[in-house]
Amino acid sequence: MNPLSKLEAFKLDVLKEVGNIGAGNAATALSLLLDRPVDMNVPTVSLIPFERIADRVGGLEQVVTAVYLRVEGEAPGHMFFLMEGEATKKLLNRLLAIEGKGEDGFSEMEYSALAEIGNILAGSYLSSLADFTQLAMSPTVPAIAVDMAGAILTHGIVQYGEMGDSALLIETAFLEGKEELAGHFFLIPDPESFDQIFTALGVSSE
Amino acid sequence: MIRQHVVKVGMADLNIAADGAVLRTTGLGSCVGLTLYDGQAKIAGMVHVMLPTSQIAREAEVKKAKYADTAIPALVELMLVSGAAAGRMTAKMAGGAQMFAFAAQNDSMRIGPRNVESCRTVLSKFAIPLLAEDTGGSSGRTIEIDSASGVLTIRSVQLGIKEI
Repeated sequence: MNPLSKLEAFKLDVLKEVGNIGAGNAATALSLLLDRPVDMNVPTVSLIPFERIADRVGGLEQVVTAVYLRVEGEAPGHMFFLMEGEATKKLLNRLLAIEGKGEDGFSEMEYSALAEIGNILAGSYLSSLADFTQLAMSPTVPAIAVDMAGAILTHGIVQYGEMGDSALLIETAFLEGKEELAGHFFLIPDPESFDQIFTALGVSSE
Repeated sequence: MIRQHVVKVGMADLNIAADGAVLRTTGLGSCVGLTLYDGQAKIAGMVHVMLPTSQIAREAEVKKAKYADTAIPALVELMLVSGAAAGRMTAKMAGGAQMFAFAAQNDSMRIGPRNVESCRTVLSKFAIPLLAEDTGGSSGRTIEIDSASGVLTIRSVQLGIKEI
C-alpha cells in the first residue's frame, strides 16, 4: 500500500512544521557561518511527479552543486543542499574570502568547504528535528557532486518508484536579502519513515 | 527536411521514432536509457528504465516502462508493431551511474549498477546484441538517438559529448 495515497491535509501540515523547525535551525547556522542575515521561505511540502522534481532548481539539465547526505536512524531519508553555479561561488567567496576559480570546477579546499557547509546545515536541521520528534536521526558524511539536477535528485526518489510516480519532498529556499542565492534544501524521507514521524508526533497513522 | 523532430522520453517512459526523428531523454542518473535500433527499417526505440525488476513493485498497476524486465519486452513489442524486425534489432545503452560514490554501502543505493545488469540480462534473453554502452561512473547523462543513423549521442556535465 502506498503510504502517500492516504496523506491528508493536516498530515501535510505536520510535515510542513517538521520542515519549518529543521530549516529554521539550518538558516540560523548558515547565517552564523556567513556572518550576515539569512532568511528562508516557508517550507513547501509536496507530492511531486518525478518529471517535475527538478523544476524547482531550473529543470532536469540545470547544472547544480549538490551536497548529499543520507539520514540514518529511526526515520531514514535523503537530504540535499542544492545551489546553482553562481550562488555556490558567492557562498565560497564569502566564506573563504577567495575568488572562485570560475568554470573549471572547484579546488580541493572549496569542495571541502562545501562539504562542511552541508554538514553544518544538515546537522542543525536534523538535531532540531530529532529534538522535536524524539526520533534518533543522524547524517552520514556528506558527498558532493556538480551535475545535472535531474540526475542528482533521482538518487533520492528511486525508492518511491516502487510505489508510484511521485515523491514527497519538504523544500526550503534560503534567501539573502531579496536574492534567492543561498540554495535549496530538500528533505526526502523514505516512504517507510512517515509512520515513524507521525507516530512520534502523536498523529495516528490510520 | 526542415529540421529534425525531437521526441522526448520522460522518466519511466518509452517511445519510438522513425523518418530521421530523434529520441531524447534528459538527466539520467542511476536510471538507464536503453535504445533499440533496426538499421534497415530506420526505426529507433528508447526507454528510460528506473528500477531493475518489477518484482519489487508495490504499485497497484505496474508501469511497464519503469522496470527493466518489463520495459524491454514492451519496447520490443512496440518496435515490431511499427515494422521493425526481431532479427535486425541492436541495442545501445547509457546511464546507471552512482551519483554519490561513497554513499553506496546501502544496497538500495547501488541501483545504477543493478539497472545496467538487469538490462543486459533481459537483452540476452531476447538475443538482441548490445553494440555499445556508456554506463556506470558518477556522471549524469542526457542521451539522444538518431533514427536515421542509429548513433547514440551522450552529453554529460563533466565529460562533454560523445557518440557511440
